[in-house]
Amino acid sequence: MNGGAIVADWTYDSIRLHYKAMKNQQKRPKFLNLFKIHLPITGITSIAHRISGVLLFVATPAFIYYFHLSLKNAQGFLQVQTYMQSVSIKLIITLLLWSLSHHLFAGIRFLLSDLHIGNSLAVARRSAWLVNLAGLILFLYLAYKVWL
Amino acid sequence: MSWRAQGLRTWLLQRLTAVYMILYAFSFSFYFLAIEQLDYLQWRALFARPWVNIGTSLFFIALLYHAWVGVRDILIDYVSGNAWRFVIWTLVSLLQVTLAIWATMILWSVVQL
Repeated sequence: MNGGAIVADWTYDSIRLHYKAMKNQQKRPKFLNLFKIHLPITGITSIAHRISGVLLFVATPAFIYYFHLSLKNAQGFLQVQTYMQSVSIKLIITLLLWSLSHHLFAGIRFLLSDLHIGNSLAVARRSAWLVNLAGLILFLYLAYKVWL
Repeated sequence: MSWRAQGLRTWLLQRLTAVYMILYAFSFSFYFLAIEQLDYLQWRALFARPWVNIGTSLFFIALLYHAWVGVRDILIDYVSGNAWRFVIWTLVSLLQVTLAIWATMILWSVVQL
């Protein structure tokens, strides 16, 4: 029997029991009133990056489907074109265009952050504003292309 | 089971797929800005080119992997039960692989080598 293994088992179990006891003792506070939560600008950029990511993820199967349809034959291509002219679809596309724009720029900001670029608070705040703005500008440009 | 550096590899691939997609989107936007009218034959001819075709397949694979990692992060952050996390993660993994196969099939069917 390995002495080290015995110690490891015992330690793991005791930590588990301790955690369970603690969890039952303190009821962790929950604050989910979205209207009252105030995030700093960097937090807004970050949560928007996450939300836009989820929206893009949900849209991916449809994206692949319409891509397929557009390549299948001329009818399919026409179908997609006509479909993209309906107002409700344009609204969904508009939402996805914002998602794409914001996710792109916020993502680049995260990539730079991984390279330790712009991690000081002042720079991070400025880059968050920049990212939000850049995302908005790209979004407005793409939305203009879709609607007009 | 050995999980050495799995987390690191996943983290890195999420970044690499992001970079690839940025480069692809950047290149693709040149095409969109250059053309005036787009019709079916032009569109199909574009993806018939082998490099565009392969590059686009890679784009879809990169997209699906990148999204998979993102979903994993969300599951870790918001879904507390191990069982639920595992079930959802398995279903999403299956979805991503299916979509990857589908996208590759679509592109394979139009390529002209």
